[in-house]
Amino acid sequence: MKFAILINSAPYTCQSAETAYHFVLAALNKGHQVPRIFFYMDGVHNGSAFITAPQDETQMVERWSSLAAKYDIDLVLCIAAAQRRGLVDAGEAARHSKSGSNLAAGFRLSGLGQLMEMSIESDRLMVFGESP
Amino acid sequence: MTTTNKRLLCLNRHAPHGTIHGQESLDLVLIASAFNQEISLAFMDDGVFQLVKDWQTEIAGLKNYSKTFRALEMHDVEKIYVHQPSLQARGLSCDDLLIEVELLNDDELSQLIEQQDQVFPF
Repeated sequence: MKFAILINSAPYTCQSAETAYHFVLAALNKGHQVPRIFFYMDGVHNGSAFITAPQDETQMVERWSSLAAKYDIDLVLCIAAAQRRGLVDAGEAARHSKSGSNLAAGFRLSGLGQLMEMSIESDRLMVFGESP
Repeated sequence: MTTTNKRLLCLNRHAPHGTIHGQESLDLVLIASAFNQEISLAFMDDGVFQLVKDWQTEIAGLKNYSKTFRALEMHDVEKIYVHQPSLQARGLSCDDLLIEVELLNDDELSQLIEQQDQVFPF
């Protein structure tokens, strides 16, 4: 089965991204496909290379990067949601004259069209982190 | 562009302000319509407040995105539903809303969700 994964919550502040990671891993281990994970709303924080969690906690951002590299998963942040929340790649940083960029390895910025495309081409959509 | 059609529902449960849920839900609705998907919107719980007329967002320094609701028809987004018990519980009626909607009771909302291929909760 081909899963579309949508993550709407930030790491650390909410359990959802953690749950999503384990769901994705379990699905892949069962032979299902997860070609793309889309990060929307506060979920875009999952792609911040500037997140520096204490060493004795799970390194959630690095973990996404490793997972994506190992299983060839396309990690996409909604560009509009990312810009509102201070997530920029080198190109956006230059375009908006920002002092630095913070997109973690394996992530890219794109539009909501990528969410639609993922949704249309999937058998199931799993949404993690509709915050209360 | 992909041509497969899916029945998609954006289920809105948050008040229009205080969180960004309503605004980012609408962005997704517009993209879904651009992709020619069968997109529906439903409003329940505090989400019904999103459709109340006469927003005065400038007082709170917020963007007034209520105009987008009026523009949905131009984007061929015509399936807009409101959970009637949520509306009633907040002392509201259709006269208080800025667009025409279809009212659903508990069973009808449940059926609407059942009919979808995918649901986006906001």
